[in-house]
Amino acid sequence: MVWNALLLALREIRRNVLRSFLTILGIVIGVAAVIVMVTLGGGATAQVTAQIASLGTNLLMVRPGQRMGFGQMSTAAQFDLADAEAIEREIRSVLAIAPASSAPTTAVFGNRNWSTSITGIDNRYFGVRNWTLASGREFTASELRAGSSVCIIGATVRKELFGAQDPFGNKLRLEKLSCEVIGLLQAKGQSTMGSDQDDLVLMPLRTFQRRIAGTQDIGLIQVSVRDGASTEQVKQDIEELLRTRRHISPSEDDDFQVLDMKEITQMLAGTTQVLTALLGAVAAVSLLVGGIGIMNIMLVSVTERTREIGIRLAIGALEREVLMQFLVEAVVLAAFGGLTGIVLALAASVVLADLMSIPFVFNPGIVVLAFLFSAAVGVIFGFFPARKAARLDPIEALRHE
Amino acid sequence: MSGTDSTARPLLELQGVTKVYGRGAAAMQALRGVDLRIDAGEFVAVMGPSGSGKSTCLNILGCLDTPSAGSYRFGGVEVGTLSRNQRAELRRHYLGFVFQGFNLLNRTTALENVELPLLYRGMHIAERHRLAREALAAVGLAGWETHTPGELSGGQQQRVAIARAIVTAPDVLFADEPTGNLDSARSREIMELITAFNRERGLTIVMVTHEADMAAFATRRVHFLDGHIESDTRAHDFMETA
Repeated sequence: MVWNALLLALREIRRNVLRSFLTILGIVIGVAAVIVMVTLGGGATAQVTAQIASLGTNLLMVRPGQRMGFGQMSTAAQFDLADAEAIEREIRSVLAIAPASSAPTTAVFGNRNWSTSITGIDNRYFGVRNWTLASGREFTASELRAGSSVCIIGATVRKELFGAQDPFGNKLRLEKLSCEVIGLLQAKGQSTMGSDQDDLVLMPLRTFQRRIAGTQDIGLIQVSVRDGASTEQVKQDIEELLRTRRHISPSEDDDFQVLDMKEITQMLAGTTQVLTALLGAVAAVSLLVGGIGIMNIMLVSVTERTREIGIRLAIGALEREVLMQFLVEAVVLAAFGGLTGIVLALAASVVLADLMSIPFVFNPGIVVLAFLFSAAVGVIFGFFPARKAARLDPIEALRHE
Repeated sequence: MSGTDSTARPLLELQGVTKVYGRGAAAMQALRGVDLRIDAGEFVAVMGPSGSGKSTCLNILGCLDTPSAGSYRFGGVEVGTLSRNQRAELRRHYLGFVFQGFNLLNRTTALENVELPLLYRGMHIAERHRLAREALAAVGLAGWETHTPGELSGGQQQRVAIARAIVTAPDVLFADEPTGNLDSARSREIMELITAFNRERGLTIVMVTHEADMAAFATRRVHFLDGHIESDTRAHDFMETA
């Protein structure tokens, strides 16, 4: 009986190709939207995780201020170099530290200028962050000590300011400071959060403090932990040390933050997952709308085919056979829509993932789920029209014009 | 086989059948106590003016409707007590229908239209195609299998409808004004076709018509007026009077 109903349904769909196509359009778009959202979201999550993992999970970031809520930081006293040195000196298991401080700035070369950020560091920064130079050299000890006007630039800054020109030996103007380019960082591309990791200028920390910031502040201390040591333990030790140094009474909260890369990974992955779920949910609403579209068309179809239903009933079709025919028709339509949506979504996901330069992560779960959901939409929204058809009086139906 | 043999077991038998539509003051009595027996092999023309109850009677005989009171036996089975689905089974296995408006499925080939009743019998595709081709050949439409109703003339469409009605080898063929939408030449052809099925295959036929020309093909004429049978004449009677 189901086989028969399937045959009849396919015939009916073939008889009305255009209408069938328009009917399933809603489902096609709904399914495609859900799958694209979830697939791209999955790709973004995978990229965040991979990128942070590449930094090394034995990295801790110590920042002043405390996270207040979504994207807000409380203001608090900055660190100074002594804080960084204390961490290195007093806490076991610390392999290296890298103090840094940064500010937004505009870099000028000739008649070109470029908005970027400038970060004051010392050479330990390269080791802790695992950054390498594409060409040129790191800062010398005397440059670091004296606060010389030298800088190392990222690939984007080089491209924007120098174009094809050789940057070495040329001088950038940063604020009121004229700064010689001595090194070029290896290009790293876009970060997960969409920021350009090559858009930066590095200079000796002392140069930054004296000439740019005008303070002795340190905005960020990065700490790498010895292999095999517990990052959790080091994190606690740092917190204890800084509370003492910053005279925080036991009743007060920390006015700084020690972030474990593992936590950052989880936090960012969590954020993208929430966003993915949200977008997926919005897309799922369009699936529902698609289902209502199917019900609408099926109802119209039942009215339009009243006479046909009359013929079938007169010929001896049972109530459940007519019900089954219309139900199967709705399910087949919805499933067709689902399949079309899946094909469309996978093609779109591959293209979009490439455009957004995130990996294409095939998620078989969501594909199966979207297909089953679209079939279920067919059953749910097809049932009412099908029952209406099955309960028609054959005499009335035959008389219908 | 003789339709006039009064000793034959009746195939269709109405006894005191009434049919009332609506309720209370709006009630309309379509049939007011009809007694009618039709034997296997008969070709009955049911006649009468509009509203005389002839269509209602055909619907009841065709198991599409049930009497409000009285008894209708089909092959000895009391139809009035059957459920909607049981009556559908009865129609599927023993009855064929031809309508005035042909009632073919649009955009569906002649072959698919004809095999529709076989589909509801769950018949295998090869067998279904064979029987449908045979039925189309029997109505003179061999070679027209892949044409859709839109590509066929009125007469041809009615032939397809007849093929659909007889493809299941029913016991009774019900025809409701089968020539109502056709010109006189086509009407004559259709009537000859139906008559041939009656004569050659012994198919029992009950046909509603208001055209005397068409009724002349039948072996028996039943006249309805105001919900009851006004006259019931056999072929040899009216042949004599003619």
